[in-house]
Amino acid sequence: MDKFTKLTGIAAPMPLVNIDTDMIIPKGFLKTIQRSGLGVNLFDEMRYDRSGNEIADFVLNKPQYRDAEILVAGDNFGCGSSREHAPWALLDFGIRCVISTSFADIFFNNCFKNGILPVVLPQEAVDYLMDDASKGANARITVDLEAQTVTASDGTAFHFDVDPFKKHCMLNGLDDIGLTLEKVAAIDTYEKRVAAQFPWV
Amino acid sequence: MTAPKTLYDKIWDAHVVDQSDDGTCVLYIDRHLVHEVTSPQAFEGLRMTGRKVRAPERTIAVPDHNVPTTLDRANAQTMTEDSRVQVEALDKNAKAFGVHYYPVTDVRQGIVHIVGPEQGWTLPGMTVVCGDSHTATHGAFGALAHGIGTSEVEHVLATQTLIQKKSKNMKVEITGHLRPGVTAKDITLAVIGKTGTAGGTGYVIEYCGQAIRDLSMEGRMTVCNMAIEGGARAGLIAPDETTFAYCMGRPHAPKGAAWEAALAYWKTLYTDEGAHFDKVVTIRGEDIEPVVTWGTSPEDVLPISATVPAPESFTGGKVDAAKRSLDYMGLTAGMKLTDIKIDAVFIGSCTNGRIEDLRAAAAVLKGRKLAPGVRALIVPGSGLVRAQAEEEGLAQIFIDAGCEWRMAGCSMCLAMNPDQLAEGERCASTSNRNFEGRQGYKGRTHLMSPAMAAAAAVTGHLTDVRELMTKTV
Repeated sequence: MDKFTKLTGIAAPMPLVNIDTDMIIPKGFLKTIQRSGLGVNLFDEMRYDRSGNEIADFVLNKPQYRDAEILVAGDNFGCGSSREHAPWALLDFGIRCVISTSFADIFFNNCFKNGILPVVLPQEAVDYLMDDASKGANARITVDLEAQTVTASDGTAFHFDVDPFKKHCMLNGLDDIGLTLEKVAAIDTYEKRVAAQFPWV
Repeated sequence: MTAPKTLYDKIWDAHVVDQSDDGTCVLYIDRHLVHEVTSPQAFEGLRMTGRKVRAPERTIAVPDHNVPTTLDRANAQTMTEDSRVQVEALDKNAKAFGVHYYPVTDVRQGIVHIVGPEQGWTLPGMTVVCGDSHTATHGAFGALAHGIGTSEVEHVLATQTLIQKKSKNMKVEITGHLRPGVTAKDITLAVIGKTGTAGGTGYVIEYCGQAIRDLSMEGRMTVCNMAIEGGARAGLIAPDETTFAYCMGRPHAPKGAAWEAALAYWKTLYTDEGAHFDKVVTIRGEDIEPVVTWGTSPEDVLPISATVPAPESFTGGKVDAAKRSLDYMGLTAGMKLTDIKIDAVFIGSCTNGRIEDLRAAAAVLKGRKLAPGVRALIVPGSGLVRAQAEEEGLAQIFIDAGCEWRMAGCSMCLAMNPDQLAEGERCASTSNRNFEGRQGYKGRTHLMSPAMAAAAAVTGHLTDVRELMTKTV
């Protein structure tokens, strides 16, 4: 996983609430057995017509947002399925940070496993950043994970909370599995205890 | 004396392998269910790092999302190339890593969340995960069950644990009794209609109350299945005699002395008097009507007697979302829900593909015919459900009514297989998501119970099933 420390980039506004994982990456693209290459199909049914032509007024098709690295989105972003293809598609497109008032639980966790930072901010802050993002490519937003701040193009900064363990893993690009395997002795002990206590499990 | 605990607290505490100072836990996983869509990259990750599956005996794999449900599906040509590659990858991975496996040709194959309980893999007090959001289903047994992404699938394969922080406790109580024609599906949709799709975010829900106690295991699975649609990490129902009776004798349930020991433990799995819940929602069972969804979010729930709402009746971002939904669904504010004509009916899925669901649909369809121009797919959740429905004569009722009687799989719940809606087609569906494009590109989904879907199949429009229940054919 790539590290996430500090990012300054173009933010695309997507004010729609309840943007679900079927919108982010429709099921037709879940049949891959790889993690890469999904960026071209990110938001596929919103982004292209049935013939595969770009829909001009979709935000990521607009010239000023084609290189967006941040999304500012409506409430409950990423609701729906557990498909990690959703963060894979975002990452493959180049999105490294999504800002919203809330995220669905599984999507939220999946983001951290892929070096994408989901930032939860209060409604007023998201509204402010949504306005800022609506200004286009000239409004660059800065996300600083170490300082836990999002800074709008006019310098207005918003502090966000992040789980300390998840922050540590993101800042250092750590592999969860490697970390857990360091505790293999504790897992062995647990399994022995449970085998005696709950043999039917 | 220890502080009173919720059911969630008890299951959580029993599975903590390691806890850091900040509350981050390594949580042990008792059962890992695997399907073909979210696992290939995880197995590939193991190969690349030279890791093994730590506990193959706790890992159960079954292909369900991609598999066709037509009778000729043993012929590989019925699958698209990419679907075939994914199913073959699961075949190969299951063998190579030595996990339990139910291939397409096995009569026990079916939707992973139906196969797990049916085979006795899911038992009270366990932790159950799967790379699938509807893992919440298994909470019906008083098991802590939730969906995970592919990175976490790999994590569980390699370590049999997850790194987790505890969620908050939420109680959803359904008091009293349901009225005739009202089912578990109406309960779970009514709860989401009340709390919203983000209402459960950050929580594990425990469903309780007399109306929940009165449900069969099938009904309880329907309720817990859609906890995720309410945003919750998991849904739970405390195990009781109904649970124990369902588990007893299942192939992988304990037997003899082990059963007695298990039972003694399972009987301790309830929320203690005075335990703390961070949020409580109460609904009177008598107030729940048969419901349907009108929009493109599972929270867009209304009683069948209602009319399509005006976007302006909402607040905040929901105003624009409702406008978009009505446009997508081809509906006008103010029209009666019962005036909405349908083209297709789908009865099945991990939400409503169990025997009781098929019985409920058959009770409505018996002696009746599909409305002209309506096509209906009846898709059992497993090969064993299919066999039982045939034995009970339900299959013949469906066939006589003009329905297609299919093989087991996820089918039209998510359109990753040949069962899809055509552009603009409208479906009365017993599945769990009405998202844009969920059942096919530009397809339109109305969620409801099997009885309500069967009623719509007969009349050709959304219908209050209670009207058909009073009429004899």
